[in-house]
Amino acid sequence: MAAVAIAAAVEGRPGQSAATAVPKAEAKKLSFYYGAFRALSELDLVVHEHRVTALIGPSGCGKSTFLRCFNRMHDLYPGNRYEGEIRLYPDDTNLLAPGVDPIEVRMRLSMVFQKPNPFPKSIYENVAYGLRVRGERSGRSLEDKVEAALRGAALWDEVKDRLRELAFNLSGGQQQRLCIARALATDPEILLFDEPTSALDPIATASIEELIADLKQKVTILIVTHNMQQAARVSDYTAYMYLGKLIEFGRTDELFIKPKHKQTEDYITGRFG
Amino acid sequence: MGVTEHISKQFEADLDTTRTRVLQMGGLVEAQILAAANAYATGDAALIAQVIENDARVNGYEVAIDGACNHIVVKRQPAASDLRLIMAISKIVTDLERIGDEAEKIARMAKLIHERGAHHAQRFPSVRHAAQIAVKMLRQALDAFARLDIASAAEVLKEDSAIDDEFRSVLRQLITYMMEDPRTISAGLEIVWVAKAVERIGDHAKNIAEQVIYIVRGTDVRHTSFADVEREIAKE
Repeated sequence: MAAVAIAAAVEGRPGQSAATAVPKAEAKKLSFYYGAFRALSELDLVVHEHRVTALIGPSGCGKSTFLRCFNRMHDLYPGNRYEGEIRLYPDDTNLLAPGVDPIEVRMRLSMVFQKPNPFPKSIYENVAYGLRVRGERSGRSLEDKVEAALRGAALWDEVKDRLRELAFNLSGGQQQRLCIARALATDPEILLFDEPTSALDPIATASIEELIADLKQKVTILIVTHNMQQAARVSDYTAYMYLGKLIEFGRTDELFIKPKHKQTEDYITGRFG
Repeated sequence: MGVTEHISKQFEADLDTTRTRVLQMGGLVEAQILAAANAYATGDAALIAQVIENDARVNGYEVAIDGACNHIVVKRQPAASDLRLIMAISKIVTDLERIGDEAEKIARMAKLIHERGAHHAQRFPSVRHAAQIAVKMLRQALDAFARLDIASAAEVLKEDSAIDDEFRSVLRQLITYMMEDPRTISAGLEIVWVAKAVERIGDHAKNIAEQVIYIVRGTDVRHTSFADVEREIAKE
């Protein structure tokens, strides 16, 4: 429509980068079973590089299950089964292929959980952990990487003088940023966030959201959130899921102003269908 | 759209109340135009005073409804059709308030015109006719808003050109009138103001109809051709 063209000619939409998005990962006909129960049904979804993609939907819709497929967390329990593929680009690896080592996958796709879960170790050791698992020895290079990860998580200035202290001494918001630093240390390509701020107060939440906006310059982000305003604030794309199916996927501003499906509309406006 | 109710009954009630107040404000504004048009034709001093006095009520509605919109935004963070409804209501009340101002302007002009002699207004009954078209447009726009009827909203957009034609025709007649006898110039200019006010009312009614299409479709049809609007309406 002409009005849209006029508005576009005046200025871009807030928060949207003009550059075209490149696929970083892609779920293709992905289904997932907890034993006999099918929790995800033939999902197709493209995750764009250097963009934030939010997964929203009511409890039990499968959004966390879907997120966990990306770093093969379901492998930890017997009876779980994947069908379909998750392709990681540019190398076009199928993350779910039997020959792919889940530990390697988790280096490339790191997860941050709902409640901050630092290890009962020092701040420094928490961040160094993944690097040590990968076989890196103590030394200059390890120290540099820990510092870079802490800086990346906007925590360095607050902890640089107390790196040997126990991580539990940090505040909730700091602990969550420490977990982000730990996730960043292995230099992952995708960060997976599973409701990263639901245990935090509004100020700590704002700092994590701010951090997410910064991090997408470096990594690709997939975030599960129950807070729709958070999805609207932080993400570039939003996927609405219901009963294990992807109902609607689109640019966040479009999905929240003009959703295409009635189910999406009912959910984001707080109606019950 | 709007078939299923919000889980929050309070939210549902707040939206309903706000919608109803917009329609009440619309009803008041409609009455103001009709009264102003009658005042133009008759010069009835009591009617003129009433229109001027009632404008404060129109303004009160605008402030109250805008306040209610702010309240809903801060409490509910509305999305999708709810968001579009609230944004549209906030714009619609601005248009209604401006219509109220135009009605008041007509009433004030009616007083001046009739002080110069009743025959001036009687020479130009088409101004009153145009005012009636404007009221009809406004009524239809509000009706489209109440029923979220985009076909009805589209008719309002079409109607606007009828008022514009009427305005140009009145202008031509007035020019002839004033050229024939320069003593009529003062009254003639005042009648131009009245005709212009009526023409503006038509524009505001059109804006309201455009907002109805935005609420229902999420498509911004402002500053587009009528053909584009028709194409949008025809979708689905």
